[in-house]
Amino acid sequence: MELKGTGMAGTLESSDAQVTVEPGTNGIELSIESSVINQYGRQIRATVKQTLENLEIKNAKVTVVDKGALDCTLKARVEGAVFRANGVVEGLPWGGAIK
Amino acid sequence: MNPNLKRLRRTMMFLNCQKPGLIKDPYIYKPDSIMLDLEDAVAENQKDAARFSLYHALQEIDYHGVERVVRINGLDTPHWQEDVRVCVAGGCDSIRIPKVEHAKDVHIIEEAVRKAEDEFGREHGRILLMAALESTLGILNAYEICTSSELLFGCALSGGDYTKDLQTKITGTGVELNGARQLMIIAARAAKKQCFDTVFTNLDDMEGFIKETEMIKLMGFDGKSIVNPRQIAPTHKIFTPTEKEIDFAEKVVKEIDSKKAMGIGVFTVNGKMIDIAFYDGAKRTIDMAKAAGVYEGDL
Repeated sequence: MELKGTGMAGTLESSDAQVTVEPGTNGIELSIESSVINQYGRQIRATVKQTLENLEIKNAKVTVVDKGALDCTLKARVEGAVFRANGVVEGLPWGGAIK
Repeated sequence: MNPNLKRLRRTMMFLNCQKPGLIKDPYIYKPDSIMLDLEDAVAENQKDAARFSLYHALQEIDYHGVERVVRINGLDTPHWQEDVRVCVAGGCDSIRIPKVEHAKDVHIIEEAVRKAEDEFGREHGRILLMAALESTLGILNAYEICTSSELLFGCALSGGDYTKDLQTKITGTGVELNGARQLMIIAARAAKKQCFDTVFTNLDDMEGFIKETEMIKLMGFDGKSIVNPRQIAPTHKIFTPTEKEIDFAEKVVKEIDSKKAMGIGVFTVNGKMIDIAFYDGAKRTIDMAKAAGVYEGDL
């Protein structure tokens, strides 16, 4: 899937993450800000990358501001940002690209 | 028949799907059911984001046996179809349909669930439904609604919207809800369905909450919608039979069983006159005690 615009999902509340995605040309350019970056930075990166891979996003600039989100929340925010960027709100691939 | 149709539902705790912090671990408070809300608690421009959170919560969080009910958006919104798809794909236990006024409202959701079950390769009949009655018309049609589907386990009162429609307000005395509660519980029982009371939102008035919950228990309700974990323990206490009640029910069941064989129809237990009319109520007390995990007898 190609990103058509910029999308953002999530908040800066505790247990949440704010994810912004925008079209890129140079693979996945990922920037992460988190108070638990030393303990969980690698895991956050892996979850975000895997979620984007599931969605077949190959090029994107992605910014994650993490406030202690669980993996399931991170995935939800990445997917939320991607589908918002492309203006898709119906007929979503639950259990397919969203897994 | 889906065994969850008659499961114990003393408390249904509302949780906003827009807030990840709320939906990640509510099972620790041990409500009987959680109500993952896609409707009123979720801002109009966050409906999409809430669905992603819901999907992953349903798929990945172990709620330790707590029933996972999802409140979808109403039929008068553009959101309900996608809400139903995510509920089925995520594998929730039940769907709460808001603002139900006619049997056909339930039929529309039932059909959408069936379609989604086919789309996602899920077994038919696993997801149950419940109807929220939020208007005077919904209350008047409670029996039609309660008998609309075999997958519908019950109905719930939504007091805020109902009182607006009635052109009054929530007073804290319950006077404005008397008619609705009475009609609903009679309709639900006639249809052999469960019936749930509305929320009590004043968290500082625990005494008022307990009084109201005791009253709806006596009216026949199965449980109450709740908005805060603090409301769980008192509600469970009210809806769980006491040791004395269990003891009496046990004697009634055993005596009726044995006296029946001896051809005796009426007799006394603990000084009270007992006949067959007491049997179902006593059995229900035992069943409730079992479901609540407090029965230690051999029935």
